[in-house]
Amino acid sequence: MDHSGISVLFEGTNFERLLGGLWVTVKIAAVALIVGLILGIILGVLRTFKNRPLRVLLRLYLEFFRIVPTVVLLFLFYYILPRQLNFNLPGDQLATLVFALWVAAEMSDIVRGALISVPQHQRESGKAIGLNRYQLYRYVLIPQAISLEIPATINLATRVIKTTSLLMLISVMDVINIGQQIIEANNHTHPTGVFWVYGLIFLFYFLIDYPLSWWAKRLEKKRLERANG
Amino acid sequence: MSSWAIIQQSLPMFGKGFELTLWLSFIGIIGSIIVGIIVSLLQYFKVPVLHQLASIYVEVSRNTPLLIQLFFLYYTFPVIGIKFGAQLCGIIGLIFLGGSYMAEGFTGGFNGVSKGQLESGKAIGLSRWQLARYIVFPQGFSLSVPAMAANVIFLIKETSIFTVIAIPELTNTALDLIGMYYRSNEYLLVLVIGYAIILIPLSIILTLLEKRVRYGSFGN
Repeated sequence: MDHSGISVLFEGTNFERLLGGLWVTVKIAAVALIVGLILGIILGVLRTFKNRPLRVLLRLYLEFFRIVPTVVLLFLFYYILPRQLNFNLPGDQLATLVFALWVAAEMSDIVRGALISVPQHQRESGKAIGLNRYQLYRYVLIPQAISLEIPATINLATRVIKTTSLLMLISVMDVINIGQQIIEANNHTHPTGVFWVYGLIFLFYFLIDYPLSWWAKRLEKKRLERANG
Repeated sequence: MSSWAIIQQSLPMFGKGFELTLWLSFIGIIGSIIVGIIVSLLQYFKVPVLHQLASIYVEVSRNTPLLIQLFFLYYTFPVIGIKFGAQLCGIIGLIFLGGSYMAEGFTGGFNGVSKGQLESGKAIGLSRWQLARYIVFPQGFSLSVPAMAANVIFLIKETSIFTVIAIPELTNTALDLIGMYYRSNEYLLVLVIGYAIILIPLSIILTLLEKRVRYGSFGN
């Protein structure tokens, strides 16, 4: 044990490799969030329409993604897409797809919740001045719903970022997978390296998620203060 | 072999995984609720030093993934001489994670008790402790039930991550079987059904409970 463990982080290209892994993680989370949010907003708006079969279908979609743990979702897509549908995707794209569909499901519920909590008289007033459905959503409901849904959306983003830790399970070269490789390669020379590598990854996740959840809390507090006068 | 035979053969193993998932979730949820109550009380009464520590704990626990928390417990604690078995690691990790979620739920409930209630309590001359005991906790607790229900479901789903430290719960059982016999469809189907058997009835019960405790939120 002639090396101190922390030096493992800076030997060779180890640190750059970890940052590279973090970039893969962040990229997957970002793309999944963008696609998922857009899809989720559309689904959320559709869920406030009166069409019953559509509502039931979208509700089932939501409940499926709520009930099945994300680990299992990843494996479902990982095994079933290539074998049953002959649809092969590299691991990172597959994960992006799964996360995007999951975000869309959660987001649809956030959007629906925010839309139906806009006071009824707003909707009626909009109709009374002759707005059509598109105008009603575009100018009355969605702008008011947005301030309600932003904190929940940010919290969803922090969840997605945390969930990217599962990427290693389907062999994506994310920050954790690279961390494991570095630990294994240096186990003999740096037996305490495991502490520093996982410690650094722990810190990476915290540094990304903490500001986001702090921001969400602050917005929520402000909103409540406004609501309660 | 037919799919049905494959499924039938695997059921005893899935049964064990199912039991383990239930058992670990149960211990983890009870532990999380206890930790959550303690942490939220420390924060509510602003106990010096401890309430700052509690806030740091909540932020660290909520803003890092369970998977890394488990790796830390399982792989790095032995380096500094502390060693747990995999299942104990899983339980500790789940309680470490769940405790902060539960604490946030309770704190949210306590803060949700309306100002009018507190002022009325003060007006009839209740002490700080009496206010907490007779006004804030009973109402705050019923207000926090929806958050608690969501956390229960969340924590049960999180036990699927235990597979990374090879605890033979439901997900790990399925992945093991797939690795051995390459019959992914059958095993994944059983896996999804396994979670559905736990989570669908539970979420129905919890929804009913939420409706029931709404009677408790007086005057809101």
